[in-house]
Amino acid sequence: MLIRQSGDVPASEITPREIYRERRRFMQGMGALAAGALLGSAADAQAGARLTGVRASPYTLNEEKTPYRDVTTYNNFYEFGTGKSDPSENAGSLKTRPWTVAIEGEVGRPGTYDIDTLLKLAPLEERVYRMRCVEGWSMVIPWIGFPLSQLIRRAAPTGNARYVEFVTLDDPGQMPGQRSHVLDWPYVEGLRMDEAMHPLTILAVGLYGEVLPNQNGAPIRLVVPWKYGFKSAKSLVRIRFVEKQPLTTWMRAAPREYGFYSNVNPHVDHPRWSQAKERRIGEFFKRDTLMFNGYGAQVAQLYRGMDLQRYF
Amino acid sequence: MGAAWRSPKPWLFAVCLLPLGRLLGLGATGGLGANPIEFITHSTGTWALVGLLLTLSITPLRRLTGRTELIRYRRMLGLFAFFYAGLHFVTYIWLDQFFDLAGIGKDIVKRPFITVGFAAFVMLVALAATSTHAMMRRLGRRWQQLHRLIYPAALLGVVHYGWLVKKDVTQPLWFGAVLALLLVLRLPWSRNALSAARGTRDAGQAVKAAARMPQR
Repeated sequence: MLIRQSGDVPASEITPREIYRERRRFMQGMGALAAGALLGSAADAQAGARLTGVRASPYTLNEEKTPYRDVTTYNNFYEFGTGKSDPSENAGSLKTRPWTVAIEGEVGRPGTYDIDTLLKLAPLEERVYRMRCVEGWSMVIPWIGFPLSQLIRRAAPTGNARYVEFVTLDDPGQMPGQRSHVLDWPYVEGLRMDEAMHPLTILAVGLYGEVLPNQNGAPIRLVVPWKYGFKSAKSLVRIRFVEKQPLTTWMRAAPREYGFYSNVNPHVDHPRWSQAKERRIGEFFKRDTLMFNGYGAQVAQLYRGMDLQRYF
Repeated sequence: MGAAWRSPKPWLFAVCLLPLGRLLGLGATGGLGANPIEFITHSTGTWALVGLLLTLSITPLRRLTGRTELIRYRRMLGLFAFFYAGLHFVTYIWLDQFFDLAGIGKDIVKRPFITVGFAAFVMLVALAATSTHAMMRRLGRRWQQLHRLIYPAALLGVVHYGWLVKKDVTQPLWFGAVLALLLVLRLPWSRNALSAARGTRDAGQAVKAAARMPQR
């Protein structure tokens, strides 16, 4: 008997991007109607609005925070262009309401969460984290969010869930940078299950006490402070639990330069530049980059016995 | 004085200073953004490349237009390319690395994009140092041979740019395309084509001029 390989989906059966996007927009619209009926207007949760009921957390830093202006105007978010100021200039076209995040794959309780449900999933807390970009600069950012582990527990992953894949919105209408093919859209990132469950890993919905500005990954993004910034995927629409290590966007774009782990590591250089030092935005002198971005005490045990030169 | 103002040279000099003026202006008003050192490094590097391409465009332009006086601006453009490359280099040594000579040495050896950028800069130093009339006379035929170094210098400059960007190589590719065009225009057949283009136009003007001549 001939058994068809699962990879053999004829091109004719793949739903074209335009159609599934249209479908998504329709469902978002329906979600908005329902949410609107229950909660009143969701529009008051737009970027810049104060977030209330945020509690302090022990995860803070004794380092000067990067000014709000720099945090919100110097961004890498290629969905809005490759220049540092492109995101703040172009992200106005992103609509963060209605918004849903699909939880799927190897989980007992798959489902689609409305963003306003996610905001109430767990108490919001402020976390002041270092952020180290793979390009050699860094910031200190007061994020607001909740541990990703809270959402994962709710989704009840099966024994097969060994990795978590994060997918950013794919809609060139709202994200003008996606009209260029500088990267393969949608943006995909991934974590190993224990990394995703780690208490430092959060889903952020705000910064500096406010609803997350669009250019910083609104309405909800990942923040993994011991990894290079690009691991913290923005504007999430899908979180998928999988058995095999996901192929992330940057691994696909340049496999020699970007590995799956991408832990901040001053001893493993980018093939084209050194990672030993970094410039903290706002400072003149470069400073030494810290192993695991200074979070070694909390995360080093995740990688015990691993050759970090190989698994970079 | 009147003659000096009619000459385009001082104007060209002033125009070439505009990128520096812009940087100083932005610096004075806090307009260099969140990462001023990166901004200055990229800006001076970009203008060094623009200067090199402008310098290389003089000869094809001269062939195309037949205006031999264009050659008089070539040295100034070349020296401005060197000026911005020098600012770029100083920014790296001083503002970026803060005279960390060990770090700089390691960078030059280990980072191919810095290796080629440094090599290009060394070539430009040689060209700038021999740019005077006295040097021209002293070196004679060898002056021209030496100054062909501008081709590898420009090439390495573009490669330096291309190797440094993370992913979006659009701009380096544009510089590369213009450089490729300027180099192709130096090949014998395109040189002839440029001169021929001017020839037919000159011939056409001659015919028109003849037509305007009063009939005897």
